Amino acid sequence: MSRKSFRQAINEALRQEMRRDPRVILMGEDVAGGRGGTSGVKDAWGGVLGVTKGLLTEFGEDRVLDTPITEASYIGAAAGAAATGLRPVAELMFVDFVGCCLDQIMNQAAKFRYMFGGKARTPLVIRAMYGAGFNAAAQHSQALYPLFTHIPGLKVVVPSSPYEAKGLLIEAIRDDDPVIFLENKVMYDDEEDVPDEPYTIPFGEANLTREGDDVTIVAFGRMVNLANQAADRLEKDGISCTVIDPRTTSPLDTGTILDCVADTGRLVIVDESSPRCNLATDVAALVAEEAFDALKAPIRRVVPPHTPVPFATVLENLYMPSVEKIEAAVRSVAAYRVKEEA
Amino acid sequence: MSGTITPITMPKFGLAMTEGKLASWSLPVGKEVKAGDEIADIETSKITNGYESPAAGILRRQVAPEGEMLPVGALIGVLADADVSDAEIDAFIQDFNDNFSSGETEDKNSDTTARRIVDVGDLKISVQESGNRETGSSVLLIHGFGGDVSNWMLTQSALASSHHVIAFDLPGHGESTKQVGDGTPYGFAKTVEELARALDLSEAHVVGHSLGGAIALELAKSAPNLVKSLTLIAPAGLGQDINMNFINGFIDADRRKTLEPVLQYLVHDKSLISRQMVEGIIRYKRLDGVVSGLKTIASANFPDGKQAISLRSVLETFDKPVQILWGEQDEILSTKDADGLPATIAVTRFPETGHMPQLEQAAAVNTKISQFIE
Repeated sequence: MSRKSFRQAINEALRQEMRRDPRVILMGEDVAGGRGGTSGVKDAWGGVLGVTKGLLTEFGEDRVLDTPITEASYIGAAAGAAATGLRPVAELMFVDFVGCCLDQIMNQAAKFRYMFGGKARTPLVIRAMYGAGFNAAAQHSQALYPLFTHIPGLKVVVPSSPYEAKGLLIEAIRDDDPVIFLENKVMYDDEEDVPDEPYTIPFGEANLTREGDDVTIVAFGRMVNLANQAADRLEKDGISCTVIDPRTTSPLDTGTILDCVADTGRLVIVDESSPRCNLATDVAALVAEEAFDALKAPIRRVVPPHTPVPFATVLENLYMPSVEKIEAAVRSVAAYRVKEEA
Repeated sequence: MSGTITPITMPKFGLAMTEGKLASWSLPVGKEVKAGDEIADIETSKITNGYESPAAGILRRQVAPEGEMLPVGALIGVLADADVSDAEIDAFIQDFNDNFSSGETEDKNSDTTARRIVDVGDLKISVQESGNRETGSSVLLIHGFGGDVSNWMLTQSALASSHHVIAFDLPGHGESTKQVGDGTPYGFAKTVEELARALDLSEAHVVGHSLGGAIALELAKSAPNLVKSLTLIAPAGLGQDINMNFINGFIDADRRKTLEPVLQYLVHDKSLISRQMVEGIIRYKRLDGVVSGLKTIASANFPDGKQAISLRSVLETFDKPVQILWGEQDEILSTKDADGLPATIAVTRFPETGHMPQLEQAAAVNTKISQFIE
């Protein structure tokens, strides 16, 4: 056990699975890093944020493939390689680039098992970074996990910490279905204790980072951390929260969410993706439909406005869900009382 | 200058503890205490434990309110004689807090505990060593099924003040290699023998808990020269009955909801099983190879829901001191397994205690062990 960053945890998961299984390969833009420059140094930087550093050196060019900037071709190639026996981990760099290769993901990889009568397997992982807060502007800041969650046949992972990232990525690589693994780009330097050995965290099992009596908070990816901070503050004022990290948006652990809402009767959902048809609306619909009688207050969503992510730092900060916004939402549902009928 | 003032500070239970919560005071201000009286319950991320007064005196102040989280070494209360004035106590608190910075105390008192990986044949064994051979004779702590060095968190540091204490993770457990071999106590005892050789340990007082007790018995049989004395805490290997709901539940449960009730079999005071303890075991069980290793151990030791390996005969012939410590409310193994043994073996049964007396009756167990190995 040692302290590792989110970046190191992901690197270690890739490295350990590549050592364990020769069918695991990496491909993507800059995953080898530093090739094509004039320095002559291979693997100088290991991807745009250094996540794959050192893998080319250990596993060679046959297993760590730098690709041209043509997402449709290499995501398609990765889907084909998965269907024919390899276990590729393809990196899309920024998830915003999915527009260039959506057919390969949505109509091909996601459909193989179904279209071939359950006889085809597609053990493909697509890694990509997502999220605002990095001052990377509207085309490099989106949180597109709802887009993938919408497509049957894909599994979608949004890890909330280094420990979670390593176990969920190893699970993703060993899974026989296409998995979209989304890394919040603001979290790469977050650190915590992560076991040195390989381990897996099952999909579709939410994690309760804390348990309380008053309000349930469901948060995704980096928002789990903000929700925990808000819950710490609220605890001092006697408002105790359950914080649910669903880990995967597809499959979604609806049972845990409903159980917790049954206990607290109050629900706040924190989702940094665009507010229409996002995970917050999905979870709100689930609870309204399945746990209506348990609710003691309206469901509140802490989500950004329906606009592109602003580039200006001040506006970007204003756009994002924050600890303060979560705290205010929790206070409002905690204070809510049903009006007596006259 | 009048009577003495004794600071009561946040204790350090185990290696990993950096802060603790004052869960509750066991005494009101003004109450007189003896050294060893329980004065507060301290809650760490792993366990809640009674904290015993380091000295005699009157509890004059509860500096830390209940529920307060404080770093190790921080002032939580003040003991003093009746003739010490309130002003003197105020000045003492002021002075203590002015000079206290968290972390510093830890460095000053830093015990010599070190964690390292030792190569034992093909295995990597995680070893936690406290004190050294100059400190005193060596004590070897062997945990049980599904356990790890943290089972000794209230034992190791207490014994280390006067002994050289070695705890380690068995194969398949904690941070050691997850290959368990045939999973028998005999197989594990062979690994322990090799570990002792690797550590250059020629003899040690051996303390074994549960399955670790059976391993200690095998060790006494196969390497009697290594074993200076045996302390068996709720040991396996002396009877047939075993709570298979615990064994199978521990292997199968992979969520907090299902694992927590299983872990509660371990203790009489169910509140001791903290969220963090459950989470720690879930994390351990997620590691590659752990569940299959536990299954191997369970089927080697408890086929058909009974303990298959009896080591009672070892106690007929082993000619060095043996004591047995057991909780009367043990829900995993039965304390009646300690009946009918040779009369030279001292058996202590703790009331209102479950399968883990070293956690539930830490102070009493530590005293029993240190008196026994003097």
